[in-house]
Amino acid sequence: MSTFAFLGAIEIGLVFALVALGVFLSFRILNFPDLTVDGSFPLGAAVTATLIVSGVNPWLATAIAMVAGACAGLVTAFLNVRFNILHLLASILTMIALYSINLRIMGRPNVALLQQETVLTPFYNLGLTQAEVKPIFLAVLLVIVVLLLWRFLVSDFGLAMRATGANPRMARAQGIATSGQIYTGMALSNALVALAGAMFAQTNGFADVTSGVGTIVVGLAAVILGETLFRSRAMLIILTACVIGSILYRVALALALNTPALGLEASDLQLVTAVLVIVALILPGVRNPLKSLIRGGKS
Amino acid sequence: MAFIGKAARGMSVMGAVAGMCLSTGLALAQDDASVAVTAIVEHPALDAARDGVLDVLTENGYTEGENLTFIYQSAQGNPATAAQIARQFVGQGHHVLVPISTPSAQAMASATQDMPIVFTAVTDPVGAQLVSDPDAPGGNITGLSDMSPLADHLDLIREFMPDATRIGVPYNPGEANAVTLVTTLSEMAPEWGFNVVEAAAPRSADVLGAAQSLVGEADLIYVPTDNTIVSALEAVLSVGQDANLPVFSGDTDSVERGAVATVGFDYYQIGRQTGDIVLRILNGEDPGSIPVTIASGSDLFVNPAAAEAMGIEIPPAVMDRATTIVE
Repeated sequence: MSTFAFLGAIEIGLVFALVALGVFLSFRILNFPDLTVDGSFPLGAAVTATLIVSGVNPWLATAIAMVAGACAGLVTAFLNVRFNILHLLASILTMIALYSINLRIMGRPNVALLQQETVLTPFYNLGLTQAEVKPIFLAVLLVIVVLLLWRFLVSDFGLAMRATGANPRMARAQGIATSGQIYTGMALSNALVALAGAMFAQTNGFADVTSGVGTIVVGLAAVILGETLFRSRAMLIILTACVIGSILYRVALALALNTPALGLEASDLQLVTAVLVIVALILPGVRNPLKSLIRGGKS
Repeated sequence: MAFIGKAARGMSVMGAVAGMCLSTGLALAQDDASVAVTAIVEHPALDAARDGVLDVLTENGYTEGENLTFIYQSAQGNPATAAQIARQFVGQGHHVLVPISTPSAQAMASATQDMPIVFTAVTDPVGAQLVSDPDAPGGNITGLSDMSPLADHLDLIREFMPDATRIGVPYNPGEANAVTLVTTLSEMAPEWGFNVVEAAAPRSADVLGAAQSLVGEADLIYVPTDNTIVSALEAVLSVGQDANLPVFSGDTDSVERGAVATVGFDYYQIGRQTGDIVLRILNGEDPGSIPVTIASGSDLFVNPAAAEAMGIEIPPAVMDRATTIVE
C-alpha cells in the first residue's frame, strides 16, 4: 500500500472514528441500538455544505450541523421514551425521515464544496500537501473529542448515564432520571455522527444524500474491532480503541482491495466488510476457550 | 486520410481528433500506460461506459496486461468508499484517473490536484463544481457530460403523440444527475406544449408504485437516465403496457429492453468518447486545456413490438429515419 493510500485510509478512518464514538455511546453506554446514524451522518454533511455554500463561516456551519445531529438523536429518544416505540424501530423511523429532510435541506441530492472555503482551508498554506493536512487536522480533532468525551463519561453525570445503560431499574432506584440520560446520550451520540458527516463533506468536497448508506455497519465494525483488540475497563482506553478500530477497519479494507494475491474484486467489497465484522465478533469468543485451554494446561 | 476513416468507423464523433491521436498513439504504444476507473455503483450502463474506455485504448495500441494497466473498482453505492478508492488510486499513481458519476468524480477531484482526471457520466459538471468553465477547465481535470439531448427527445415524443400534453417522469430525487435532468426538462417542456408530472422513487423497489401513480395523470412516461429507474425499468414497462401509456427513454439501451423509442447515445458510446479524451492525455495533452465535452449521438432507436404493446403507432417518418429497429 502506498503512503498516499495509507494516509487516505487513516483520514477516512479518523472521520468514521467520530461515528464509532457516537455508536459506542448509544450501543455500549446506553444499550440503545440506534440506526439514526445512517441519517444523521448525511444530515451533518448536508447542513454544513448548504450553510458553507450560502456564505456561513465553516466553523459555525460545523457547529450548527452538530446541533442538527443532536436534534435527530432527540427525536429518536423522544419516540422511544415518550411513546415507548421500540428503540430499533424508533431509530429506523427517524433515519428514513431524515432522507427526505436532507433532500429538503440541500434542495438537491448533491451539494459540492470543491471550490468553497472549509475549516481546513487555512491549513493548506502551511507547506504541507492536502493529503497530509487532512489526517493531521482530524487527528487533532479526535484527540480533543476523545479527551472531552472521557472527561464527560467519568464525571458524575457520565457515570449516571453509564448506569442507565447498564441497569435502568437500578439506576432509577438510585435517583437517576433515566429518560433525561437517554435524551442527553442520544443527542451527544448523533451530534458526534453529524460532526463526522460535516468533516466528511469538508475533506471530500461534497455532501451527497446517499452518503449515509451503511454508516451504522462501519461504526459498529470499528467499535467491535477496537473492543476485540483492546480489552480494558479504563474509559480512556476504550474510547481510544474505538478510534483505532475505525482506522484499522479502513486499513484492512484498503489492504484487502490492494492485494491482488487475495483475488478480491471490487464487487466483493460488501462481503469483505461483513466478514471483517463477523471475524471481529467471533474473535473474543475464540480467545476465551484458548484461555481456558491454557489455564487447564497449567492446573 | 486512411487512418482517420479507420478511427471514425468506430467513433461517432471526434473521429478526426481520435485519428490524430491514433497517429501519435501508435508511437507512444511502447510506453506503459496506467488507467484507473471507478464508478459509484455497478450498473449495466456504467459498466458499458467502462468497457467503452477500455476498447478505445485497446484499439489504439494499448493491450491490457502488456503495456496497459487498467484498474476498475466500484464504490458499491457508498460515497465514503468512493473517497477511499479515490485516495488509493492517487496513491498507486496512474497516468489518467477516470471517475464515473458525480460523487466518484467529486471524491477524485478532492483527492488530487495534479494527477489527470477525466470524469464521465456527470450530467452537470459545473453544478458539481468539478470545473468552473467547461470550455477551459484548467487544472488537472476535464471530462464528459452525459446531459441528455432533451430537445431531441421532446421533438421525438411530439412526433409520436401530437395531442399529448402531460409527460410523466419517474425519477430518484436522491440522484444528482436525475434531478438536473428533471429540472431542465420541466423548464423546457412548455415550449413543446408539455407539462411535466413528476413521480419520485427513492429506491428501485419504489419504481413500480411511482409508475402506477402516473396512470391517469400523464399521457406518456419518459424515463430519464436515472440509475434507480433504469435498473427497475421493467416495472415501468409493465405499467406502460397495462395502462397503454407509451414509455420513452433517455438512453438507447432502454429501448432494447422495451421502451418505445429514443434518440441519442448509449453508455458504451459515452465510454468511447471518454476513452478519446483519455488517449489525448496519454499522448501528452494537458487535461486543463481540453474542453469538457457533452456526449453526442443521434442514433434513433425504435421498438415496434413495445409500441404495439403500449398502444401507439410509430409514425412512418420516424420508422424511415430509425438507425436501429429493435426486433
